[in-house]
Amino acid sequence: MSLLPAAIPVIPATAVPPNTGDGYVAGAYIVFFLIVLVYVAIMALRLTRLERNVRELRTRGEGLRPEEPRAQAQPTRESAQESEQERTTA
Amino acid sequence: MSSVPETLPTVGTRQAVGALLRKDLLVELRTLEAAPGMALFAVSTFVVFHFALNRNSLEGDLAAGVLWVTLLFAAILGVNRLFVADAEQGGIDGFLLAPVDRGAMLLAKATTLLAYLVVLELVAVPAFALLLAGAAVGHELGGLVAVLALADLGIAAIGVLVAALAVRTRARDLIGPLLALPLLVPVAIGAARASAPLLAAGHGGRWLGLLALYDLVFGLIAYAVFDFLLED
Amino acid sequence: MSGRSLRTLSIASVVAMAIYLGLVFFYAPIEAEEGFLQKIFYLHVPLAIVSLAGFVIGGLMAIAHLRTREARWDLRSYVTIHMSLIFGLGALITGSIWARGSWGHWWVWSEPTLVSFLIVMLLYATYQPLRFSIEDPDRQARYASVFAIVAGAFVPMSFLAVRLSTAYLHPRVLGSSSNLPGPMQLTFVVAMAAIGLLFATMCSYELAAKRTRILVKSRSRILGYR
Repeated sequence: MSLLPAAIPVIPATAVPPNTGDGYVAGAYIVFFLIVLVYVAIMALRLTRLERNVRELRTRGEGLRPEEPRAQAQPTRESAQESEQERTTA
Repeated sequence: MSSVPETLPTVGTRQAVGALLRKDLLVELRTLEAAPGMALFAVSTFVVFHFALNRNSLEGDLAAGVLWVTLLFAAILGVNRLFVADAEQGGIDGFLLAPVDRGAMLLAKATTLLAYLVVLELVAVPAFALLLAGAAVGHELGGLVAVLALADLGIAAIGVLVAALAVRTRARDLIGPLLALPLLVPVAIGAARASAPLLAAGHGGRWLGLLALYDLVFGLIAYAVFDFLLED
Repeated sequence: MSGRSLRTLSIASVVAMAIYLGLVFFYAPIEAEEGFLQKIFYLHVPLAIVSLAGFVIGGLMAIAHLRTREARWDLRSYVTIHMSLIFGLGALITGSIWARGSWGHWWVWSEPTLVSFLIVMLLYATYQPLRFSIEDPDRQARYASVFAIVAGAFVPMSFLAVRLSTAYLHPRVLGSSSNLPGPMQLTFVVAMAAIGLLFATMCSYELAAKRTRILVKSRSRILGYR
């Protein structure tokens, strides 16, 4: 890696020698990755919870199958709204 | 909302705006809540600034800063109260039932807010001159009026939007200022920068341009978006 | 969005990230004046640009929501703005670290990007409190869209205003992104692509999670229990 000529229009740092930049650069990138990692962890937690819910629903749903048509024929106003919403979001 | 049969006369927008404006100003004259409160707040704030800054007179940047911070905070007080009475006493529902273009309410409320701001400034600017700025204000009064006018338009546009947004939320007294302050930062920048040379010596046309641009953009957006806030 | 496209997106993101980091630390030359510290530029600036673009895109989605009244646009708008807030926070933190490293202070008023960002973040910080203080879901979505449109228009205005106000007082502290020499430009472009891809991926995950939760809720209700 070669040093570039000083023709780049960037304002010089006044009193800080280049070496102490290391800590800050590392810090910045580490902070960024921590944020991403935290997000991934939260997402993993949510997804496992959702998977558990879906599995529950599936077993329950199969148990209730003969009754499902009746339950679906008289949806409450809320679930009708929500199923409309889910139709447009799916 | 049922369609209006053609035999019923619909009210023109100008009449509607006039009627709403008259109602708001009459209510204000009788109760004397918003405008005097804003003016009083401004004067008290000047006094606080005198003690907080430990100065007898200000000029240039400092004068412009104190003036505009005070005016903006006083304006936010007025903004908070803009829709409260209508929301609480069913005025908005009544308006929605009328065969009138909804933009009429936007115009009426914006004009009401403008009226409050003008009253505020008629009191606050002389008070400022008296208490803190001395002779500096008198020199370039024309320029100062131009800055006030442009800034007022921007505050009115944003103020009506924020008021309408905040009035139906639970924490309305809090949400209003929280929304309004960041949105009004460009107005603060333009107005303070434009006023600073007026309160010292010199000229600042670029800042008037910024204020004018802000007024145009947010005036248009307010007009486009306001209907959605009134629906129910 | 299907599981397969989500996976492709994730893999693409990871690959892009790897290339990006490789370029930043092993390819991009060390800048003569600021030294190693300048490398934060490849992180801070893309984060900032992507975050701002996200806010504006959120506003555009909100316009679509108000026009079509379809809930999916509101959902997309919400997720995009939420993610932009997170990326914006990252931009503020990295910008502050950069300021500390090159100027000695954790905050500098003379860097207009940082200041405009602060204002924009202060505004968008009210987005979620606003949403959750309105109980009626239809009105909540509508008011949120109005907010997103106003705030989205505000973003460029804020930058213009702050730029004007600082231009004549202080020189830029943290340097500009134009007039970069070749290798630096390449690294910057890759950085933008990687961070942008990361943003899109995270938004997609967030959207998928939210939609699944909506489905789960409605199915639970149909099956007769909460």
